[in-house]
Amino acid sequence: MRWLMLKDLQILRRSPLLVTLLVLYPVLIALLIGYALSRGPSKPKVAFLNEVPKGQGSFNLGATKINGRQYAGKFFSAIDPIVVHSRAEALQKVRSGQALAALIIPADIVQKLSTGGLERPTLDVIYNAENPLKRQFVESTIQFQLAKANQALSGEFRKVAAQYIGLLLKGGKFDAFGTNFNVLGLQSANAILKGVRGSLPRGSPQGPALDQVIRFATLAISNLDLSNQVLTSVSAPLAVRTTTIGAGGKQPLDTFAVAVAVTISMMFVCVLLAAGMLALEREENAFTRLARGLVSRLGLVTEKISLAALCATLVALAMLIGIGIFVAVDWGRFPLWVVAALFGAAGFGALGVAIGGWAREVRAASLFAFLLSLPVAVLALVPSGATNQTLYDIIRVISAIFPFRPALDAMSAALSGGGIGLPLLHLVILVAAFGALARLSLRRFA
Amino acid sequence: MQRVTKRYGERLALREVSFEATPGERVAIIGPNGAGKTTLLSILAGIQPATSGNVSRLPRDIGWVPQHAAVYSKLSVAENLRLFARLEKVPDPNAAVERMLDQTGLRDRADDELGKLSGGNRQRVNIAVGLLSDPPALLLDEPSASLDPRQRERLWEFIAGLAGGGTTVLFSTHNVGEADRYADRLIVLADGELLFHGTPRELEQAVGGDTYDFEGAFVRFLHERGH
Repeated sequence: MRWLMLKDLQILRRSPLLVTLLVLYPVLIALLIGYALSRGPSKPKVAFLNEVPKGQGSFNLGATKINGRQYAGKFFSAIDPIVVHSRAEALQKVRSGQALAALIIPADIVQKLSTGGLERPTLDVIYNAENPLKRQFVESTIQFQLAKANQALSGEFRKVAAQYIGLLLKGGKFDAFGTNFNVLGLQSANAILKGVRGSLPRGSPQGPALDQVIRFATLAISNLDLSNQVLTSVSAPLAVRTTTIGAGGKQPLDTFAVAVAVTISMMFVCVLLAAGMLALEREENAFTRLARGLVSRLGLVTEKISLAALCATLVALAMLIGIGIFVAVDWGRFPLWVVAALFGAAGFGALGVAIGGWAREVRAASLFAFLLSLPVAVLALVPSGATNQTLYDIIRVISAIFPFRPALDAMSAALSGGGIGLPLLHLVILVAAFGALARLSLRRFA
Repeated sequence: MQRVTKRYGERLALREVSFEATPGERVAIIGPNGAGKTTLLSILAGIQPATSGNVSRLPRDIGWVPQHAAVYSKLSVAENLRLFARLEKVPDPNAAVERMLDQTGLRDRADDELGKLSGGNRQRVNIAVGLLSDPPALLLDEPSASLDPRQRERLWEFIAGLAGGGTTVLFSTHNVGEADRYADRLIVLADGELLFHGTPRELEQAVGGDTYDFEGAFVRFLHERGH
């Protein structure tokens, strides 16, 4: 078998263009996919017009001064603003395509906000509907940021309201219209009333009336005590507690992108190489010669899987080392990288020989390998919930039949932790299954 | 070969074929398309098993030269020979390579890639690979099919030299003229059945003597037997 492998390596050495394409193409594709996965979508360009006159960006809510610019800033974190100075200019930017949308803050926003919710200010958003996909993206971005701004403002309103209720309840200093004065507060008033009630002679006619006032004050104290919680619930009725499940739950996006990039490269190198090299034995008519006892059919399949796995593992490790220079990876896990790469590559190699065995011609095998690999990889990356349950179940079954998903899981686990045993076992089963299919295909190979 | 039968499902490719060949003999296997010539050779070569019957020689004692050159076009002549010598577990692969380079007259092309050689030279390498283990018998499937007349002449000279050295040579061919000229004995197959086993002259006599040329005699022979 080693002579056959040596022969295959010699053939590859004499085909520099093929080898270059075989390595460069998947690496390039993988890096592009990895780059796209590791970056969120870029900020959309949005024309931004602030009609609020200069120096009027703040308003008073009771005794609290609120800065409106602080909330406008929430939008700037998610968009790439093009500051414009008139509505006409904003429209022109959207029409010309320089901006995907325009966001206009009306002049009366501060005045309406200062009413504390009695009047509702309205922002103007103008979309460019030329590209529905982009329009949807901008729309959802602005809606999301608007929700965040609304939440921040309602939180501010709640704080102010809670301050007043606290003052009403406990008393204290109050500053309004430049004047300071002390507010007694319900708790102190209640205490005073109870003191007065105690000093009244038994059977005093003021007693029942005073009792009524004391009961009211007690009821008000106990209910207003809950008001802060009630206001919090009103301003943010739903709270979110996040729990992550699954192996990739704590995996950084960068590391996942690296795992995807490396696995895709391995897949293309391995599947194309194994499929092509097995089909080449038939195209060169050498199979009949080999099959008459020089090499067993199983030996031939094993040799091709080993050759492809070896080459792909080297490519994968070279990629990991290269990427490791730019992305933070845990070099202490290097032995696990090797294990994951070897098992993953063996899985892809087995798939490749099965394709090469059934396709029987190098060109047909290469085309089939390419046509099969790409959708398998894409399907394996479809997240749960992105489609309906039945379709997702079908996708899961397809992903389990092919080695991309377990190879990706193994590589992810090798890079950033998590259980690697199951994906490796899965790959071993797939190697056996595809190896058996390839061996079966050799019956009609000659 | 004794009573060898080969079935592919319901189809009978060879029906109880028996013959023998002696050292240094050249035996041509002829017959119409689909007669079973390649099946017969591939069973002798050990590429596929017979459904029933026996072959007295083991595949490792028989050299095999398929119709199309079964060598790697990206490897040089010497590399191809060395690879197959190692796979055949020849005791001294380098010595075997040197011997075959001399025997086939390819020494000056030893480092050339196969893909850059002419069809005739590729066929010489193909035959050289079959002879690496110095087998007592050599099987050639349509050896002259892709060669020009001059290359064919050199091929038959080479085969005659092998037979002269004691190697038994069995070859299949569609060219019955070549069978007449270069074979000591003929095996005629049709529909998997062995119809004739003897010398070219005996075949001519079987259809009435020398009033026909050999090709005409062969066609008449098949016709008389319903093929």
